[in-house]
Amino acid sequence: MNPETTPPTPLVSRRRPPRARSQARHGRRRFAVAALAITLLAGCASNATASTTTPAAPTSSPSSSTSTSTPAAPTTTAAPTTSAPAAFPVTVTGANGRVTIAARPQRIVSLSASLTEMLYAAGAGEQVVAVDKYSNYPAGTPLTDLSGFKPNVESIAALTPDLVVVSGDRDGVVAALDAVGITTLVLPSAKSVDDALDQLATIGAATGHADAATAAAASIRTRLATIADRAPERRAPLPYYLELADDGRTVTSATFIGNVLALAGLASIADTAGAAAGGYPQLSSEAVLAADPAVIFLAYSNGKNPSAADLAARPGWNELQAVRNGNVVVLDPDVASRWGPRLVDLLTAAVDGTATIT
Amino acid sequence: MTAPAPPIAARRHPVRLPLAWILGAGAFTLAAGTVAVLFGPASIPAGQVLRALLDQLPGVNVDHGLHGPLAAVVTEVRLPRVVLAGIVGAVLATAGGAYQATFGNPLGDPYLLGVAAGAGLGVTLVLTGYIAASGGLAATAAAFVGAGAAVVVVYALGRDGDEARPTASLILAGIAVAALCSAVQAFLLQRDDQAVREVYSWLLGRFNVAGWRQVRLVAPFAAVSIGVTVAAGRRLDVLTLGDDEASALGVDPRRTRRLVIGAATLGTAAAVAVSGLIGFVGIIVPHAVRLLAGPSYRRILVLSAFGGAGFLCLADLAARSVLAPAEIPIGVVTAFVGAPMFLVIMRTRSARR
Repeated sequence: MNPETTPPTPLVSRRRPPRARSQARHGRRRFAVAALAITLLAGCASNATASTTTPAAPTSSPSSSTSTSTPAAPTTTAAPTTSAPAAFPVTVTGANGRVTIAARPQRIVSLSASLTEMLYAAGAGEQVVAVDKYSNYPAGTPLTDLSGFKPNVESIAALTPDLVVVSGDRDGVVAALDAVGITTLVLPSAKSVDDALDQLATIGAATGHADAATAAAASIRTRLATIADRAPERRAPLPYYLELADDGRTVTSATFIGNVLALAGLASIADTAGAAAGGYPQLSSEAVLAADPAVIFLAYSNGKNPSAADLAARPGWNELQAVRNGNVVVLDPDVASRWGPRLVDLLTAAVDGTATIT
Repeated sequence: MTAPAPPIAARRHPVRLPLAWILGAGAFTLAAGTVAVLFGPASIPAGQVLRALLDQLPGVNVDHGLHGPLAAVVTEVRLPRVVLAGIVGAVLATAGGAYQATFGNPLGDPYLLGVAAGAGLGVTLVLTGYIAASGGLAATAAAFVGAGAAVVVVYALGRDGDEARPTASLILAGIAVAALCSAVQAFLLQRDDQAVREVYSWLLGRFNVAGWRQVRLVAPFAAVSIGVTVAAGRRLDVLTLGDDEASALGVDPRRTRRLVIGAATLGTAAAVAVSGLIGFVGIIVPHAVRLLAGPSYRRILVLSAFGGAGFLCLADLAARSVLAPAEIPIGVVTAFVGAPMFLVIMRTRSARR
């Protein structure tokens, strides 16, 4: 836990009437800086120290050291030179409506692992100063203890970001950050591949990498098509059961992951449950036995996937065709639960794991 | 409670429990269990289900015509699930009745003394990795230990309350310990967002992964718990007169309470460990029985065992049928079905008075 949480400073807790907002913003930001300085002086948090050191790191370390005083010029690899400088201010649309970004963000905080992967895929990795605790990909992300599910506004504000990306406006984080003058872009979990690729483009536009992001999205689309073509021709979609936890939690084809698996010619056995059961229904053992899926995917978020022997030991499961034929595929739970650029990896795993099943 | 019941034990002879009532309650339980076994997401014709069951009887060999994955569905998946639901329902209902008797409180509930919060904390500690444990039964064991530990602490802290209100301090200690456990649990879950869903799903009750293993685990505890509480029925009737009168009649109130609370808690902890938290059964079934059969705990406890078993079998049937093949958490169903059912019983009974 952050030590800063304990004394609620007026920074976060006090809400002013909307009219007074613009005048108050200036003084408030000064206050935020002062508050940050105080925390630093007090030397009170490892968090605070991390926040001061990290911004230096990404600019110097990953790319060549040529760009010493580089505000806008994208020295990043993929971005064509035409893309960045002209655009700002830009207006993009997130779940929190139209968001105007005044200048090319230099201090981005991501509170969603999927959005972090998109930021790096778009070529904005160097502008990212902090990510939440689940943003473990790509390697070398500036990991912090921040949470996107229970966002701590003060900790975020202390990093003085100029753009925060988050997958949901939880606990009123958007309004709270707006109150301290920080722009937030909300991009919720994607429902489809198109959704995800649109978000990638939005992220690119918001960070000054519009062309690179669009190109990345197009490349992902091409690769998806190529991989999907590798799947054998089948008369009907192959029924699968994807187990997320040992309580029978699974997915339907209506979810994002179900969408990706559908590209591989697969259909969830939970689809018959109907919309009332939601996208992530819980199946009973009996329902799985009755459906007798051709393939079983395992994507336990806690990483404790059952072994093939564990599955066979469940009552009746040794008779399932997937278990008998060894068609049990373990998916990377991070890849399977995110809607980032690695959805290509997810499709690859699904296609390759079912290639021999006709 | 509408009209104050006449003191039961004041009558010379204790209230009897007619055999016909037991048979009737047993028939209800059996019927509910049978219906629950006949239906499920794997739509197997009733005839085949019955033949598969007959085939299991020693010395009987019937061709049930079920092959492959379906061969095991009736005997290895559906039957243990129904049996487990029945056992858990019986335990929770008798435990609830026993708590209502010992605490003289109509809101008595099997989770009154911190069982739920203790089990929840135990499960959370394992699922968030603070207690390194693995294997299929780690969470089950943690729930049992957590539930037991919480009640032991509550009892140690609350037993020496003031003489005038012997159970009030126990209840208060239960509330305090439960609050403490919940706070720690909430803190741990806040640190680990990913475990939230697992813990939540665990807490909402789980029969969908039940097998004979869970039945074997809970059965001995259930037998002891139900046996002890039912046997104490008459003494609990005497206790409703008040501690002084009960002592005068040769019933030691403190000992009786300790015995009944201990037995009810043991059964509840075991039930929670194998099936998660299933609310409402323990509080509603004894009250429904009381409305139908009168205020004697001799009757209430025995009939609650049957009623709870049948009720939970039917609730579980609904849980796995309504959205089949998806499941509804059993705890949701018990409240959703049980609350209106109870209100109907309550209204019709009071109208007849």
